[in-house]
Amino acid sequence: MAGMELLSDQGFRTDGRKPNELRRIRFKKGVFKQADGSAYLEQGNTKVLAAVYGPHEIRGGKGKALHDQLLINCQYSMATFSTQDRKRRPRGDRKSLEMTAHLKQTFNAVILTELYPKVQLDIYVEVLQSDGGNYCASVNAATLALIDAGIPMKDYVIACSGSYIRDTPVVDINNLEESSAGAEIIMAILPRCEQIVFIEMNSRLHEDHLSPVMDQVMTGCKDIFNILNQQVRDELCKKSAQDRIVDSG
Amino acid sequence: MTDVDLSEAEKTFILHSMQDNFREDGRGCEDFRHMEVETGLISNTNGSARVRLASTDILVGVKVQLVPVDPNKPNVGRIEFFLDCSANATPAFEGRGGEGLASEITAMLTRAYSCPSAIDYPSLCVLPGQQCWLLYIDVLLLECGGNLFDAVSIAVKSALFNLRIPNVTMTKDEGGIELDVSDDPFDFKRLDVAGAPIIVTVNKIGHFHVVDASEKEEVCSLARLMLGITEKGTVTAMKKEGSGSLDTDSISEMIESAKKVGVELNKCLLNILMTEEGQEVKPVGFLR
Repeated sequence: MAGMELLSDQGFRTDGRKPNELRRIRFKKGVFKQADGSAYLEQGNTKVLAAVYGPHEIRGGKGKALHDQLLINCQYSMATFSTQDRKRRPRGDRKSLEMTAHLKQTFNAVILTELYPKVQLDIYVEVLQSDGGNYCASVNAATLALIDAGIPMKDYVIACSGSYIRDTPVVDINNLEESSAGAEIIMAILPRCEQIVFIEMNSRLHEDHLSPVMDQVMTGCKDIFNILNQQVRDELCKKSAQDRIVDSG
Repeated sequence: MTDVDLSEAEKTFILHSMQDNFREDGRGCEDFRHMEVETGLISNTNGSARVRLASTDILVGVKVQLVPVDPNKPNVGRIEFFLDCSANATPAFEGRGGEGLASEITAMLTRAYSCPSAIDYPSLCVLPGQQCWLLYIDVLLLECGGNLFDAVSIAVKSALFNLRIPNVTMTKDEGGIELDVSDDPFDFKRLDVAGAPIIVTVNKIGHFHVVDASEKEEVCSLARLMLGITEKGTVTAMKKEGSGSLDTDSISEMIESAKKVGVELNKCLLNILMTEEGQEVKPVGFLR
């Protein structure tokens, strides 16, 4: 079926993108008042909300506290209406638990945990609409929420996915490309020092093709970083200019 | 549910100002806070709406599915409510922490919508005695700023207004009747929500009855009455909540007050939804 080809002969993907093109990214920091930090992020049709609470005292048993570093607590959940077929439970299923563990690992690597011993930080991610790249959107949204909360971090942490279709590495894959049994590589990196903090691959891929795909994903991550960083800085400049006017007069 | 801690002095302040007919934010007893309604933000659903009432934030998605009819009611469709308290609202909802509150709200919604005239249930029946539409109404609680029940019911009504149910064609062959759901996004029918109720919560604070209580006022109120009110002023459900008790006189007064507010609120909401649809603006959602 010609219409279903993931990469057409002219080099376009099903949604009209080029292989190295990202989906449109839009975001807003500080969408909620009650959370210490929050962000909403759209990557194409994938829409994610993230909220950060803390650092605060350990909730529940004190036994969980780490004497030398911050305890990071994550929860990943998906709205029951977020997927094409309705989900029965928003969280607690195996996939969500795995995702929670991944997020925890990712943010443990980037937050300066030794600055806050014996306390806890909560990162909650809620997927409102899912169209592939849920992990990537979650990580990017959570990063923005952490920035909004003012948590000290080594760098941004940016995630992006990629695949290998018809001898071409493609970046930021959507749900259709994700579910079409091709290889899928997910990476989270620290864009400024080019360190990989998380990598996962599903399905199989020839060894020779791995490094082109990884390079493409790395470029994708840096592109996302530039988009996020630009807007974060612009907002900050605008805010500080406003504050200066208030201070001076 | 709330992490608002008020000292005795603060409570007394709210109570005393109520006696002089002032609320902490300057509203009258029957005034609502600023509210924003938006429909059609989640494209994976058949109908969706977001309501932001002061800092209470609710997102509702409705999905439809063809299912066998309920043998006891073979000629009507079905609806099912589900509410998820997102941990984004407060860390107390993490894991299964929000389930108590969730079941309370879904029970109230189910009761309010169990009235046969609430929505056009027979129109949801596709093939009498065999197949009907089941509406999964999934509510997501994103932030709590008081008056959850009312905000949830407003969001549910807006999402039902936005609902687009695909048309079904039936073909008869020897094996029986075959149902074919249209996959054309413009081939749909709407649901009549004129009779859908909105929950109005009337809080008793001191000797006064107030609607749309903020979180602080909710802490001061010992008893509240929740009523499902339709556009015509019919009461479809009633529930008393809270540790205090109420006498019959104040209950009838509260019902009158809720009716007045409920009728007005229903009218306003329908008006807003109609105008929003007429303008055909793209939803901005959380980016605003």
